[in-house]
Amino acid sequence: MGEPGTKELLSLEELDASVGLRTGRKHVLSILVENRPGVLTRVAGLFARRGFNIETLTVGPTEDDQVARITLTVDGAVHPIDQVTKQLHKLINVLKIRDLEPAGTVTRELALFKVAAEGAARSELLEFCEIFRGRVVDVTKRSVLIEITGEEDKIEAFEQVARPYGLIEMMRTGEIAMARGRGET
Amino acid sequence: MRAVDAVMECLKAEGVDVVFGLPGGANLPTYDAFYDAGIHHVLVRHEAGGGHAAEGYAKATGKVGVAFATSGPGATNIVTPLADAMMDSVPVVFFTGQVRTDLLGTDGFQEADTIGITMPIVKHSIMIQHPLELPRAIHEAFYIARSGRPGPVLIDIPVDLSRAEIPDALDAEVTLPGYQPTIEGNHKQIRQAAKALAAAKRPVIYAGGGVINANAATELIEFATADRFPVTTTLMGLGAFPASHAQWLGMLGMHGTRTANYAMDGADLICAIGARFDDRVTGKLSEFAQHAKFIHIDVDPAEISKNVPAHIPIVGDARHVLAKLVTEYRALGADSGRLDGWWKQIGAWRAEYPLRYDDSTDSEIKPQYLIQALHEATGGEAIVVSDVGQHQMWAAQYYGFDKPRRWINSGGLGTMGFGLPAAMGAQVGCPDQLVCAITGDGSIQMNIQELATCAQNQIPVKVFIMNNGYLGMVRQWQELFWDRRYSHVDMGEYPDFVKLAEAYGATGYRYSDKATLVDDIRAAIATPGPVVADIRVTREENTYPMISPGAAARDMVG
Repeated sequence: MGEPGTKELLSLEELDASVGLRTGRKHVLSILVENRPGVLTRVAGLFARRGFNIETLTVGPTEDDQVARITLTVDGAVHPIDQVTKQLHKLINVLKIRDLEPAGTVTRELALFKVAAEGAARSELLEFCEIFRGRVVDVTKRSVLIEITGEEDKIEAFEQVARPYGLIEMMRTGEIAMARGRGET
Repeated sequence: MRAVDAVMECLKAEGVDVVFGLPGGANLPTYDAFYDAGIHHVLVRHEAGGGHAAEGYAKATGKVGVAFATSGPGATNIVTPLADAMMDSVPVVFFTGQVRTDLLGTDGFQEADTIGITMPIVKHSIMIQHPLELPRAIHEAFYIARSGRPGPVLIDIPVDLSRAEIPDALDAEVTLPGYQPTIEGNHKQIRQAAKALAAAKRPVIYAGGGVINANAATELIEFATADRFPVTTTLMGLGAFPASHAQWLGMLGMHGTRTANYAMDGADLICAIGARFDDRVTGKLSEFAQHAKFIHIDVDPAEISKNVPAHIPIVGDARHVLAKLVTEYRALGADSGRLDGWWKQIGAWRAEYPLRYDDSTDSEIKPQYLIQALHEATGGEAIVVSDVGQHQMWAAQYYGFDKPRRWINSGGLGTMGFGLPAAMGAQVGCPDQLVCAITGDGSIQMNIQELATCAQNQIPVKVFIMNNGYLGMVRQWQELFWDRRYSHVDMGEYPDFVKLAEAYGATGYRYSDKATLVDDIRAAIATPGPVVADIRVTREENTYPMISPGAAARDMVG
């Protein structure tokens, strides 16, 4: 293999071979941080520095106003996340990190869909909305705005349903996650 | 009291006796406080010089080094020392001025987003948002810089906040819930490690800069001599174990000894202490120490299993862990005779592959000889501060460090221009010791302006320029790996370092005769004040032995 500092050329395939262990699953990292300016940049920067793509990211207050929670999801099939978790622990403003097990975790996400809805399509769409336990939050003559809450899968399923009608716009908040049971996340 | 006077009080409370810095618009209030604060301030000529001086001070004394710079260009000039201190785990606190708060983010005069620029290269940074935060922020900064795995902390102070009036006695208790370094190692793990060591037939202790940072050199010797464990150290660990000791194998890695690298390659158990398996140590990672199991002792949990999976990880401070490990090991009463075969093998390597070079047959000074001459002239008792390049590797190989904090260099970042200001900082921190800077004609020019600081303050560093007229290490790689196409490495005979030294108010010498070199160096050392010796050495000499890039340790060349 071509080495840095020598004149051997690198093949593009070699560039692709990255080191580190990959878990092959989605990881939901729940990170408690001190509620201060710049903390999110530090956390996000650790991912950016390694070229990791954060799939979803939510930040919000917690029951303690000194503390905020960042919930982010990363694909462990694409990125080796072990090192980044260890590096996150080194940030002074990071209080606690949990890599949540999917089985023991409740996750929720909110999505808004603005869908073209005229004539017969409209009643079909509203029926689907009911099946998905969604809510219509705005209507015009030619469109409806539907709110769906649930796990990622459910939102993706509704997206599949809505797309053929003409998906004008979609927004998703990114997941929040809480450990099941009495214990703290 | 003025917020800036509180800053001075906090510095004193932290035991700061000297700072390095350069004033500017955004830290004028702070500099007004320096006027009569009773803290020794050394005025440097470039903020990078101030940052590296703080590093040199910290490395030589073990205390936290401090540097001050103004906003914008002052702050960006201190970026290199910050990155350097991060890579080599140097405890420093840097204070930068910032534009006033209502100008933040408006491209104000001399504004730079210092916190944003430096975020990946600090252990921690604090942007002051309110003057009342200052005392606590400073105490936090010093605590973070010196504890756990040491590193640089930056405090950015907008100029208007530093002009505020604040109450005298503010609560400045350090509470950092997100920062609790593990100091004591896990006892079970330590016992496991002792058992593994007692069973090992081909063990090697691989120690790094963490041993020096933890002030654990005594404990390391005790541990190594609890049995006859062979010891190698990294570039950063030189001096953590005496080079004159019978169990010393020499430095390991790219320009380490064959004995040390072969021992790692053949080991069945490697005990890493405060070392991080850098690519310059391991060579080709997939072929590194393939027969070995690893004990990894480090205060930073993120280092464990980063590059090489550890079989027995121990998170803790080297001094605490080694002290316990010795006790546990002794209790096992291991039979030292099991190591006879291993030492026989090591003895054979030593005999066959000593560090060697072809000395000149005339008056020409070989660079390796220059280091040996320096050792002879100083009795091995100098604090040697190195720049970066071939001279650095030769100094590491040939000086022979017997004590910690005698070898100061830029290891991880490899910062040319580190040497002179770091030597200056080391000399200020250790005024009664001889401080020698080993540098190259390339490196010295990257912070040569600090000669003025040395001259003005009579900081008597002795600078030895290994002058081969080349960017030598780059030339060596071009020779070995790029078909001798010497692309932009010839520096010629510029500048005239003797005249330059004199212009700066230092004493300049030029040496080129091997026969008189030891005496010449003695004369340079005996000269009061700062001295620059321009020593002409063989132009095209290579640093050997060497693990070629991408090769395994056992395939060393030269």
